[in-house]
Amino acid sequence: MPNATIIALIPLLPLAGFLLLGLFGRKIFKNSSGLIGTALLLTSTILALYTAYEYFFVYGKVDGVYQQFIPLKLTWLEFSPGLSIDMGMAVDSISVMMLVVVTFISLMVHIYSLGYMKGEERFPTYYAFLGLFTFSMLGLVLSCNIFQIYIFWELVGVSSFLLIGFYYDKPSAVAASKKAFIVTRFADLGFLIGILILSNSSGTLDFNTMIATLTSPDSDAVKTATASSFLGASALTWGAALVFIGGAGKSAMFPLHIWLPDAMEGPTPVSALIHAATMVVAGVYLVARLFPVFAITVPAVLEIVGWVGAVSAIIAAIIACTQTDIKRVLAYSTMSQIGYMMFALGVSKYGGEGGLGYTASMFHLFTHAMFKALLFLGAGAVIHYVHSNDMNDMGGLRKYLPVTHITFLIACLAIAGVPPFAGFFSKEEILLAAYQNNMAIYWIALITSGLTAFYMFRLYFSIFWNKQPEVHGDKHGEGGFVMMLPLVLLAVGAAAAGFIPFGEFVSTDGKALESHFHLRFSVAPVALGLAGILTAMWLYKKQNEKPARLASSLGSMYKAAYNKFYIDEIYLFITRKVLFNLIGKPAAWFDRNVVDGLINLTGNTTQSVSEGIKKIQSGKVQQYAIYFLSGVIILAVLFIYVWR
Amino acid sequence: MNEFFTLMKSELVVTAIIFLLLFIKIGKGMKNESLLSLVQVLLLLNFIAGFFFNKTGNLFGDMFYTTPLIAFQKNILSLAVYLISLLCSDWLKKTGHLPEFFMLMLSALLGMFLMISSSNLLIFYLSLELATIPVAAMANFDLEKKRSSEGAMKMILSSAFSSGILLFGISLLYGATGTISFPEITAQLDGSSVQILAFIFIVTAFAFKLSIVPFHLWTADVYEGSPMAVTSFLSVVSKGSVAFIFITVLYKMFQPMQDMWYTLLVILAIATMVTGNLFALRQQNIKRFLAFSSIAQVGFILVGISSNDYMGITAVVYFVLIYVFSNLAAFGVATVIAERTGKENIDDYKGLYKTNPFLSWILALALFSLAGVPPTAGFFGKLFLLTAGGAKAAYWFILVAALNMIISLYYYLRVVRAMFMDKNDNPVEPIKVSPVVKLALIICGAGIIMIGLLSWIFEYIKTLH
Repeated sequence: MPNATIIALIPLLPLAGFLLLGLFGRKIFKNSSGLIGTALLLTSTILALYTAYEYFFVYGKVDGVYQQFIPLKLTWLEFSPGLSIDMGMAVDSISVMMLVVVTFISLMVHIYSLGYMKGEERFPTYYAFLGLFTFSMLGLVLSCNIFQIYIFWELVGVSSFLLIGFYYDKPSAVAASKKAFIVTRFADLGFLIGILILSNSSGTLDFNTMIATLTSPDSDAVKTATASSFLGASALTWGAALVFIGGAGKSAMFPLHIWLPDAMEGPTPVSALIHAATMVVAGVYLVARLFPVFAITVPAVLEIVGWVGAVSAIIAAIIACTQTDIKRVLAYSTMSQIGYMMFALGVSKYGGEGGLGYTASMFHLFTHAMFKALLFLGAGAVIHYVHSNDMNDMGGLRKYLPVTHITFLIACLAIAGVPPFAGFFSKEEILLAAYQNNMAIYWIALITSGLTAFYMFRLYFSIFWNKQPEVHGDKHGEGGFVMMLPLVLLAVGAAAAGFIPFGEFVSTDGKALESHFHLRFSVAPVALGLAGILTAMWLYKKQNEKPARLASSLGSMYKAAYNKFYIDEIYLFITRKVLFNLIGKPAAWFDRNVVDGLINLTGNTTQSVSEGIKKIQSGKVQQYAIYFLSGVIILAVLFIYVWR
Repeated sequence: MNEFFTLMKSELVVTAIIFLLLFIKIGKGMKNESLLSLVQVLLLLNFIAGFFFNKTGNLFGDMFYTTPLIAFQKNILSLAVYLISLLCSDWLKKTGHLPEFFMLMLSALLGMFLMISSSNLLIFYLSLELATIPVAAMANFDLEKKRSSEGAMKMILSSAFSSGILLFGISLLYGATGTISFPEITAQLDGSSVQILAFIFIVTAFAFKLSIVPFHLWTADVYEGSPMAVTSFLSVVSKGSVAFIFITVLYKMFQPMQDMWYTLLVILAIATMVTGNLFALRQQNIKRFLAFSSIAQVGFILVGISSNDYMGITAVVYFVLIYVFSNLAAFGVATVIAERTGKENIDDYKGLYKTNPFLSWILALALFSLAGVPPTAGFFGKLFLLTAGGAKAAYWFILVAALNMIISLYYYLRVVRAMFMDKNDNPVEPIKVSPVVKLALIICGAGIIMIGLLSWIFEYIKTLH
């Protein structure tokens, strides 16, 4: 059985770090705050790895099936028997896998930031926020109750807001943190309503009970919920769809993705942790948590999940090909890869070999965390060196940043799906799952994988090859040991994580999946990937006129992609012009003339009434006694003569 | 004999402290500082002792009875008295007659203990007087202030008036039923006019003590004139104890008349909430402001009482516990500021956060809790009160209560805004809060946050029946 204390310590240690550094960081631990945070997280990581070992190899498997354990469950607020908000820990294969991912990436970022954020004035605050984020994310992962996950969901949102706006004297950072907060807030509203609908249908907030009730088609709950329909869809469909909207907001799925590129205003290590590896996959995790409900009860919504994922994947990949800010390229690439995870869930079925998509999605989540965090940290090292985010300011850096160069190359190969790096294996499984279930999505995924290879190597060649660097003689080196260590460790992960037989450990029903590696099948994606890489090399390895000519020949198409398909502008148009004129202005008029009028009326009435009764409070005891007696008499008359 | 000691242990402990103070007074006497510390320690011990040996039983031929729930109620009062002794220690040190002050306060507390435990109209009346008269003397403790004497005078006159009506009601009830024991009266109730008149008379005495509209008029004058220690005692301890015995009297003795007193409670609750809120909106003096806000709070207690089931009792006890922390924190901060600077107006609180962040945070927390803003404990307290009140399915009643919560939010936030946002050229200067007071304020603040979040406290009160 799992050890509740050890597992509880995993999230609680970062929380302790947050409290310690948040309260005393500025005064007492001014210089040691980074080390304290890192040490606490190191302990967490070791405990998480220990838990993973124990779960996967010692107690987790009973009769060949991985079980779910709930070693701790505290009832926090009970509304009625069965309907309660619990604070608990669910230990199963995906939550344990996420524990490892979150603690490990967070540890890497903690270590890296020791160098990257050095000399920052609010250094202790930065580590306190990191601790808060890690705690919230771990709490989210361990949740056993849908309301618990919602609480941590919001906490994660808050810490993301705090960290995006960390450079709060920069107006663009403040605007970005506000944007992220507002966009995800809209999505979270959907999530909350979805929770209410689902819990109302199933009569519980507990994940397991909810899944059990909603997946048995004969249960009364499902019958009632299916019978009640709104706008042509049943209550359950609406509930699940709204929950997915919450997930789509957090995971930056089209069309709720607009906050993610702007969120890159935060410190780069933060982007690596929150906006690449952990928080943005929360939406995927949420769908995976409720997967039986999606797959068995509301397959229509799962279809939507698949299409949203596929559309996000390809749109983001196209936009990524045109951006010049390296962090934005990575942001769109993140969105694209999360799209992969989403549609992998969308094309999956529940149980047995049909659940390949689910396993593949979780596998890709795992490998993506490694190579995407590595890409961001590498980009951080580059930005640290040239003090710019723009590709045009870079070039030929391979001689000056050798470690970064090699590790970045490994990550690019991994994300491009070149064997034997990690991304190859997980992407292979996703493509296979799509191939078996939905050919249209398979083709989209295949084209996207070619585009992925192209834009990643466009990035790689632009940074490390292309033109000769300007004089970098006065620049400092790569950043010390603390910045290189995470790069190397993550590069090892990005290179080797693919060899983990993931199907053995994670599947929809806990039973092991067979390995699905077909050499014949992987020819097409690998060939496309290599084609993408070669194109990028041809265009960007040396400084030349080809990319500019290509861009001008593509004309308006290039421009549209460069401007992110004008989605931000569409939002602005809708909010500023349509909403403002159609709703905002009339509302403002109504507010000024009607509501204010009413309020003033109420206010004046209250004033005059209380002016009037103020005379009652005269300070004369005799009068008090008279009022007292009148009160008695009125009550007596009322009750004896009127109401009896 | 053994039973006597266990069942009456709360009363005996308080009596022992009163006698100890008496001996110190007639003996050599002690310096104020050391005497105050001694009393504080004794009150703390009294509070801790309240958790042990709580049994169910009755004494003196059913005149006195106690249960674990009653013992818990008494302990809430002990806790409040202990906190007051900490919060007001600056003022208490300066006062000329410290032993007398505590003797009076503890006598009143003793009266309240007996009152909560009474099961007989005679004991009830006697203990009610014991709980009132010493407080009137305490209200006069700022001897050099005219307002203090005025407040005391008003209180003694008003309560004499109310006692007269209460006694009238008791005699009528005795005349109608021929007994003064609660259970026996219950058996005799048939809803005749005499009984209804007696019931109204008795209820008004409660209404007077709880400052229910229209029997509340003495409240603001007395609160404003009295020393802060007495004001907080009146608003928390006195109110709490009467609310507890009010429940017993309604739920047990007047159970056969439950339809009638439900209507009565609805009327009184709405009148009290609305009037308390309307007056609180206009107050400039922080003590009067808190006086009217505490009137409005009693209206919410009435909402909870109206449920007439065990949920109602639990919700009220839980709410009073939270109210002790919230109100004492608010009064505590007001005391510190009034004591050091003499400033009592809400306008003086403008810009307080700049100079006194600690006091501002505690006061803000207390006001949030009084207003019922989540996640402070006050939110949970009000939530359970309204849930209990909603059991009768009179949703418009709950709606009125909820609307009043929103109105009250406005004036509580007005003070918070003054402290945190408004600018002031002449703010309260930085105050060095003495460690004892600081400790008490931190306890209150912790209570406000923790009681709501630790759901087992509510569950625990639920099990005490």
